[in-house]
Amino acid sequence: MDKILLLAHTQTDGSLPKAAYESLNAALTLAADLGGAAVTVGLIGADVQAAADSIATCGAASILAVSGEDFAASRYSSDTVAVETLVKETAPTLVLAPTSSRFSRCLPGAAYRCDGRIETHITGIEVVDGAVQVQRWYYRQRMVASLSRVQRPWFLVIDSGVFEPWQGAAGSVDVQTLEVAIGDDCQRTKVLGVQTPDSDAQTIRPDAKLLFVAGAGWTKKQTDGQLHIKQAEELILGFINNSKASLGSSKSLVDQSSEGGEVISFMSHLNQVGQTGSTPRHLKGLATCCHGEEPHTVGWRFISERRAISLDPNCGWAQGKADVLYVADAFEVIAKINELLAGS
Amino acid sequence: MSGGFHIVVCGSLVPDPLQTLEPMEGPTGPALKNEMMLPAVLDPWAGHALFEAAQLAKNVPDSKVWLVSLGPKAKLQQLMMSIAQKVSFELVAIDGSAGGFTDPFDVAATLADTIDKIEGLDRTRLLLFGGCASASRDSGVTMQMVAERLDIVDQFLAVDKLTVSSDGALEVLERIEAGQYQVSSCAGAPAMLGWATGSLPEPPNNPQVGMMNMRTVMPALQKAQAAEVGIGGLKYAAVELPKQRRETRVVKDTPAEEIAQEIVDWLKA
Ligand SMILES: Cc1cc2nc3c(=O)[nH]c(=O)nc-3n(C[C@H](O)[C@H](O)[C@H](O)COP(=O)(O)OP(=O)(O)OC[C@H]3O[C@@H](n4cnc5c(N)ncnc54)[C@H](O)[C@@H]3O)c2cc1C
Repeated sequence: MDKILLLAHTQTDGSLPKAAYESLNAALTLAADLGGAAVTVGLIGADVQAAADSIATCGAASILAVSGEDFAASRYSSDTVAVETLVKETAPTLVLAPTSSRFSRCLPGAAYRCDGRIETHITGIEVVDGAVQVQRWYYRQRMVASLSRVQRPWFLVIDSGVFEPWQGAAGSVDVQTLEVAIGDDCQRTKVLGVQTPDSDAQTIRPDAKLLFVAGAGWTKKQTDGQLHIKQAEELILGFINNSKASLGSSKSLVDQSSEGGEVISFMSHLNQVGQTGSTPRHLKGLATCCHGEEPHTVGWRFISERRAISLDPNCGWAQGKADVLYVADAFEVIAKINELLAGS
Repeated sequence: MSGGFHIVVCGSLVPDPLQTLEPMEGPTGPALKNEMMLPAVLDPWAGHALFEAAQLAKNVPDSKVWLVSLGPKAKLQQLMMSIAQKVSFELVAIDGSAGGFTDPFDVAATLADTIDKIEGLDRTRLLLFGGCASASRDSGVTMQMVAERLDIVDQFLAVDKLTVSSDGALEVLERIEAGQYQVSSCAGAPAMLGWATGSLPEPPNNPQVGMMNMRTVMPALQKAQAAEVGIGGLKYAAVELPKQRRETRVVKDTPAEEIAQEIVDWLKA
């Protein structure tokens, strides 16, 4: 019989990220599909009581934790020890966890230490003929595979937005805390803090409904033969502030900074979407001044409704990559949209 | 710090992203149609790792860069034609599959074993570099498992910046959620850094560097050991291209006001 361990870590305020509730739902659903496998929850963080209480009624067999100051920060050396301890204590066949920067860093090494195997960026889980089969994408979202493995424990790191979050009443639970000592060899790295962009540069909003992509066209000479970078900046910022969209970029636009060109000041490679950028998940996406080439649009795999504004009627978006392509000047259209959004 | 860094970059080839890819069933599992014929490029994030490694080696005296590449020998040779002119490194080639469907557990074992055998490599000075994920498997797991096998417990993923102080201590900026960076310090080597974009542009070709590199590239390719890296314990039930192709409605010759209104209506729907 399979045994499932659901791993989650707290955020700085002690709560669980949304993706953790999604993975919890995935774990409970999988357990039911496997005919009633037991689910244990393993929490990691400075203080996990509030997180545990928030899932008190989920039906987990038990909630274990590795907690304390040593586990407040997201650090490979201590996180791997925490995960290894939780896995050794619970001896699961399947270990489910949400994708986060913290787990992406530590789970592969932890899986290795547990003599396990790991698959990341899971976008689906099902039981076929009694065996667990997962879905993930290859070649940067170009093709999708269904696969299984014989080795156990099998770590499955689930992308956010794939499952609905678990919802249920909070309560109060007894958390079984495992004592873990962190030796000096695990203290060579110290997390100093988090660098947050200035408030007007806080443009990446993973939970936004809309992704707004700015392409290199914004910084190219326009019909009057001139550059209009300042105006482009105002229009883009105006749009994302009015629409609460998350701001994405093509590679060409953000590459201009390392190539010494004049740039949109509040954008960096962190905004880049595509082959060597991110693959965000949003309900809608609007591309502007972007050609829609394949290395860019692979990053749109998980954007459901897609529209684009480009001067070029033959750009990539017209080739079945967008639902609607507006052949128009994005400077004009976005200015009008900003007026409409500001007025509403 | 006594002596510079010994920087080992793990990086191989991937199909040029402008190519159309199609999966097919090969003799030992899924593969790409015409895989051997597809033009290849250096895996982009591993490429950034290589450029950062070269820059670091330039700035810290007595440092050295090795590039450990697992891929079909003939394709590695082609790849070297384009990257050997960019930065200085010593190639360590392993002849085997660079495909995305291989088991990263086995790939990591092969890479770690090869690194362990590099002559003259001082593991106390080792900075293990690679991409934060490949453009083929896109798992982001191989580097951590290589590092584990080499007993490296200071690991960083999605790194954009590394600053080294005079005593060899590291300060690392890693990408985390919502466009933020986590800032960490580390006492020094050994450490593993899985790079994101970093901060350097692609270096221009330098024929002199190319000539220097080629002296070690050809012998390295000749003595490349064959490695049996396959799908390992994975069982693929299906590999498919996404079915969805959109029927694009192209809106032309329409006033900006009208387009703006249509988009606003769509945004609010
Ligand atoms: C290894 C590799 C990895 C890559 N990874 C990525 C990646 O992760 N992400 C990515 O984006 N790209 C990536 N690329 C690059 C990709 O192939 C394209 O070069 C890039 O996406 C082009 O960016 P763009 O569309 O913004 O710019 P351009 O191709 O310059 O297109 C600009 C567009 O703006 C339009 N335009 C100009 N002015 C206006 C206006 N006033 N109104 C409306 N439209 C206007 C033009 O008609 C044109 O269509 C990668 C390439 C390689 C080789």
